[in-house]
Amino acid sequence: MKYLDEYRDGDIARALAARIRRRTTRPWVLMEICGGQTHTIMRYGLPDLLPPEIELVHGPGCPVCVAPLEIVDRAIEIAARPGVIFVSYGDMLRVPGSRSDLFQVRAAGGDVRIAYSPMEAVKLARENPERQVVFFAIGFETTAPANAMAVWQAKREGLKNFSILVSHVLVPPAMRLILGSPTNRVQGFIAPGHVCSVMGFEEYAALSAEFHVPMVVGGFEPVDLLEAIAMLVEQLEEGRAELENQYSRSVTRTGSAAAKKLMESVFEVTDRKWRGIGPIPASGYRLREEYAASDAERVFGAGEISVEEPEECIAALVMQGLRKPLDCPAFATSCTPERPMGASMVSSEGACAAYYAYGRHARTG
Amino acid sequence: MCLAVPGRIVEATDLGTSRIAKVEFGGITRQVYLDFVPEAQPGDYVLVHVGFAISRVEAEEAARTYEMLRQIEAEMPEDSNEVPG
Repeated sequence: MKYLDEYRDGDIARALAARIRRRTTRPWVLMEICGGQTHTIMRYGLPDLLPPEIELVHGPGCPVCVAPLEIVDRAIEIAARPGVIFVSYGDMLRVPGSRSDLFQVRAAGGDVRIAYSPMEAVKLARENPERQVVFFAIGFETTAPANAMAVWQAKREGLKNFSILVSHVLVPPAMRLILGSPTNRVQGFIAPGHVCSVMGFEEYAALSAEFHVPMVVGGFEPVDLLEAIAMLVEQLEEGRAELENQYSRSVTRTGSAAAKKLMESVFEVTDRKWRGIGPIPASGYRLREEYAASDAERVFGAGEISVEEPEECIAALVMQGLRKPLDCPAFATSCTPERPMGASMVSSEGACAAYYAYGRHARTG
Repeated sequence: MCLAVPGRIVEATDLGTSRIAKVEFGGITRQVYLDFVPEAQPGDYVLVHVGFAISRVEAEEAARTYEMLRQIEAEMPEDSNEVPG
């Protein structure tokens, strides 16, 4: 397919890898933020193409992974109620809460459905006026405009039986947390190309300048990622620290004005807890007061739930680039994609799950 | 989760509150909302995420940057095609 196949070209990938090898004179630690990019990196074995000096560490950019146990428990509690149709993106169904998951709710007779788009949930609400339809609105800035549109559209139509359970998180506050840590190892970032398609890259240019760290907005195919790595290595070797845009076929400085306007009218910034990491100030969205009637937490009053993470899980350190999945004694033993212990194993875009699927050989290699 | 797939707009319809399109992805056609890319027209490629176009592919920019990648490939020394040890 156009704009996919040409960015999976092996000859170009090898040429970029050769360029990176020629330019690299000393060790550099680079982080890709987005879980989709982590998945591509492991799937295509990109670390094997890079010189040993380049270490890739994997950021917290997987919204399924970082959804806190409390919100998963809340989803399970709401989905189990009679009269509720609970609608979710497929990736959330097998994510374990503290005791159960949404698949088990469905097996026990709960009406849990998978949707590709939040607009399908709005359609279900329209078609089932006697039922409460609840959509599990998770995601980063890429997904927030679509979820905002669902709420906006339902309100405009006067649908009284549609609400969303919000678990929206924002990328820049997590990068700020990583960069501001005294133990930070990351020397250059691949910024998330689809988040930036919506938001533009000004926030990332500001972070790059404030922390004097190179950033390159990168795409999602192997050639995109290798080009972004080459651009970061050139900046680091030349002593530059600026924002560059590898994914210029999709990303502009200001992103989508229409999407940002809608998000800002529906959501407001709030503190959020990230699974594996903990609370990060001003790191997510909640619905504005005008949309209180569409807020599932208010509609169902599913009170405060507080749950502790398993002690032996090192997901927090993995997602900040301080440790690798293979450093964890639980990896592939007591923690697997079938029985995940922590954040970065729960979704195929989490670093631990990507290592499990594609990288297990690396333990001996 | 942030996966977005490029597809070509076949036709677009203005519904008043929303603008929807038929978008083709390698032979499969799906309905896509165009509200976030008001500038996109039939024939354009858009990146689609959960049923919404989040950006219009800049065809000229894509061609320009791809040509640069082809140059890098063309200039690659013969011996660097080996798998690194």
